[in-house]
Amino acid sequence: MAKTRVPAVEGLFTMDAANPRLLGGKAPNGSYSFPKNLGGTDPYSPLGDTEEVELSNRGRIWSYTNSCYPPPPPFVSRHDPFVPVTIAAVELDVEKMVVLGQVVDGVTVDDLKVGMEVELVLDTLYEDDDHEYIVWKWRPLAAGK
Amino acid sequence: MGKVGEVAILGVGMHQWGKWGRNFVDYGVVAARAALADAGVDWKDVGFVSGASTMRCGYPGYVSGSTFAKALGFTGCQVASSYAACASGTTALAVARAQILAGVCEVALVVGADTTPKGFLAPNAGDRPDDPDWLRFRLLGATNPVYFALHARRRMDLYGATTQDFANVKVKNARHAVHNPYARFTKEYTMADVENSPTVSDPLRLLEICATSDGGAAIVVSSMEWAKAHGHTNPVRVAGISLATPTFPDTVLDLPYMASDSAAVTPEPDDEFKVSIAKIAYEEAGVGPDDLSLAEVYDLSSALELDWYEHIGIAKKGEAELLLRAGETSIGGRIPVNPSGGLGAFGEAVPAQAIAQVCEMTWQLRGEAGARQVAGANVALSINQGLFGHGSSVIVKR
Repeated sequence: MAKTRVPAVEGLFTMDAANPRLLGGKAPNGSYSFPKNLGGTDPYSPLGDTEEVELSNRGRIWSYTNSCYPPPPPFVSRHDPFVPVTIAAVELDVEKMVVLGQVVDGVTVDDLKVGMEVELVLDTLYEDDDHEYIVWKWRPLAAGK
Repeated sequence: MGKVGEVAILGVGMHQWGKWGRNFVDYGVVAARAALADAGVDWKDVGFVSGASTMRCGYPGYVSGSTFAKALGFTGCQVASSYAACASGTTALAVARAQILAGVCEVALVVGADTTPKGFLAPNAGDRPDDPDWLRFRLLGATNPVYFALHARRRMDLYGATTQDFANVKVKNARHAVHNPYARFTKEYTMADVENSPTVSDPLRLLEICATSDGGAAIVVSSMEWAKAHGHTNPVRVAGISLATPTFPDTVLDLPYMASDSAAVTPEPDDEFKVSIAKIAYEEAGVGPDDLSLAEVYDLSSALELDWYEHIGIAKKGEAELLLRAGETSIGGRIPVNPSGGLGAFGEAVPAQAIAQVCEMTWQLRGEAGARQVAGANVALSINQGLFGHGSSVIVKR
């Protein structure tokens, strides 16, 4: 039986597998934040409601690295034994901000370069007997499908 | 802002850094008594205790000021406890300075100490999706070295830094630490040692990432008048303290966030955050980068030390490696950085570390640093950045 796909954390991204988006905030003056209520507040914006908006799903790598040792809890490794996790910080053009994410499985730091174009995808963070816990990840456009 | 009032550093003291596993209070008391002895001040004459707090040692760690005061013996003096992650020690010193300059007390004792668990620093337990520190571990596996490595990779990409440059920072600081009895690691590491150590977060290797340590450090400060009246004719002075926060939008992604600020609408400030930290301290002290005899910077990783060269203005942007390669930041060079051996040689004892930086600067300015002495030192700057945007910098003069 297929496992139920659930977001690893509610409210940070859409679960549309074909066109996933990060859910950020947009202040009254147009400044963005991610996560909506935990990202930077623009003190130069008039006070008012921060609107929930979908952020760009493409960007360019600002920097990248990996975790070669298993991170401590609350991280849960998808693989046993542990496989290094590749991480990219990606600059979004419209929002003019940098957003971190894991890079999809199988892509290592040797495959990445600063400035490389990537897109947002959904992938499994970890799973248990009944659920796949889903998170956003970055995938190099050059890698294709 | 301009220049502010100065306070005198009468005494400094430390407990050696290590992995001792004892109660953090023990380290704090050893350091405090050493600082009091160095100052020639009786504990009962201290009017104010300023504790730098730890989050890893339970309630006594949160209320560090009163914990240390009780351990030294309650005298009815006043007390405060400060937590600001890596900036806790400087915050505690700033509180003491404010109390002295406000006339609340004449003599204050600043103490920080920690006992740390093995391995990566991790967030508090429990499901806390409203906590950026929890989210970055849970969703990304983004440990502290991940952020250090992101900045290291940027240096390589933007400025042509090499992994040999990063290793050379470690080798330089290890050479300094050989002569420091308070450092935890006093081995003279070689390039080969560094290059053969395993990668933690590419491009950084194990020997280039600061460990976590137990340790304690303390400072006795007083008003300039009290110092003079009690025979301290030419004390090292605290001339500037910065506790800067970033200015929106801070587009340099940093611990513990998953995203930077957005510069879509509001333009970026003239100075990026870490530059502004040093700038405030320089303004308060009325000095500039060219006046520095030495600097103690927060080398959480070898590569981050190079970033600091530029942030404190001793190198132009992108030119830190040139300074390093020319040997200018080694003892004997033009502007020695981390003559103590830095965090690479100490391992971080969070609330004690920024205080330890001031201890080292004090010994240097008094000419008491032994084999690691920087000749003719008379102005020094320390700098670090605590999690969640707590900037911290201290300038001392003699």
